[in-house]
Amino acid sequence: MRHLMSPMDFSTEELDQLLNLANDIEKNPSKYAHACAGKKLATCFYEPSTRTRLSFEAAMLNLGGSVLGFSSADSSSASKGESVSDTIRVISCYADICAMRHPKEGAPLVASLHSRIPVINAGDGGHQHPTQTLTDLLTVHSLKGRLSDLTIGLCGDLKFGRTVHSLINALIRYPGIRFVLISPEELKVPSYIREEVLEKNQIPYEEIIRLEDAMEKLDILYTTRVQRERFFNEEDYVRMKDFYILDKAKMELAPKDMLVLHPLPRVNEISVEIDDDPRAVYFKQAQYGVYVRMALILTLLEIEV
Amino acid sequence: MLNISGISEGFVLDHIQAGTSLKIYHDLNLDKLDCTVAIIKNAKSNKMGKKDIIKVECSIDALDLDILGFIDHNITVNIIKGDKIVEKRKLHLPKQVKNVIRCKNPRCITSIEQELDQIFILTDKEHEIYRCKYCEEKYRTLK
Repeated sequence: MRHLMSPMDFSTEELDQLLNLANDIEKNPSKYAHACAGKKLATCFYEPSTRTRLSFEAAMLNLGGSVLGFSSADSSSASKGESVSDTIRVISCYADICAMRHPKEGAPLVASLHSRIPVINAGDGGHQHPTQTLTDLLTVHSLKGRLSDLTIGLCGDLKFGRTVHSLINALIRYPGIRFVLISPEELKVPSYIREEVLEKNQIPYEEIIRLEDAMEKLDILYTTRVQRERFFNEEDYVRMKDFYILDKAKMELAPKDMLVLHPLPRVNEISVEIDDDPRAVYFKQAQYGVYVRMALILTLLEIEV
Repeated sequence: MLNISGISEGFVLDHIQAGTSLKIYHDLNLDKLDCTVAIIKNAKSNKMGKKDIIKVECSIDALDLDILGFIDHNITVNIIKGDKIVEKRKLHLPKQVKNVIRCKNPRCITSIEQELDQIFILTDKEHEIYRCKYCEEKYRTLK
């Protein structure tokens, strides 16, 4: 029995299989419509996350399975002081697979150690959110046709953004990957990512402050939100914030086939005026999130169609 | 010079980084042993300038070498029998240490579920980096 705790749990070969399965699901949804009939997914969400939970539930329903679960710690036995290991032992009696989100880092791993059913980490604090990374990879793989030989611009809060760190770790396993890291000084990628990941693996990268300066060289632009509270002073925030708002003018500098990704929710870092630009694929990305979770559920339940 | 007599049977921990012997004394639970323990602090050392030494008059089996390897694998372990050094044990960085150090990350699951074992895994041997098994928070060894 396998669990998914980190995107690195899958080898690149296994990842290729998963992404190919997701692509087949996209092309032939009816073929998979009853693949999980009689199976139940438990969504154990100790903190609210509407998007991720609904994406998991939609995935299981699309496969003909059923869903049960809770959407906050208040509505679970955690509020009575039950441990994660006890909860998962009980959930193992009710469901066939579990997606768990928890504010504490490592909680899904604790669950997996005591579980009789596969456990998927649906986000544990600031630590890992592997299905977001799988979603990002599927989006790039599907729309670019490859995960190698790409120049990827990562823009915004690169210091605290776990999706960015996860994506860097996942992508460096492919040949010909280059990064352009676009962020204010305060929000640059942490030194351990620079030293232990990029430099150790001899991955070419450059660090840039203004988004305009990077646009023309990118195959992918992955944007994240720059939050006011991350800045030391208001003056710096006001000076910097416009650098990171993606609008029509900046999109004009970009190649015709560049893709814009965003883990969502977006607030104001992407202007709504570019939503209709064919290069803006963040809503397609949300759709790919369902396909990749469908492929993941099938893979972990070892169901072949 | 301070003179402490040798031991006839037991072990001597030599080349301890000066100033860390008391921590090692507690981490190895030597305070719980009912035998003679001598702690020598700031002894002269050609190699280290100054060093600490711990002499313990009991069987080597009472010593958890994994914990000692984790604390400082450069410590020399001399096993004494019949007033002579009969063996020098080499220490290694253990692949995993259990319930020796605690994760300090307030966001780690171990911060709210106290009954969980505190497990750290060696993730980078060259830089001697251990990470919490659950949240991957970094812990550096003394060296």
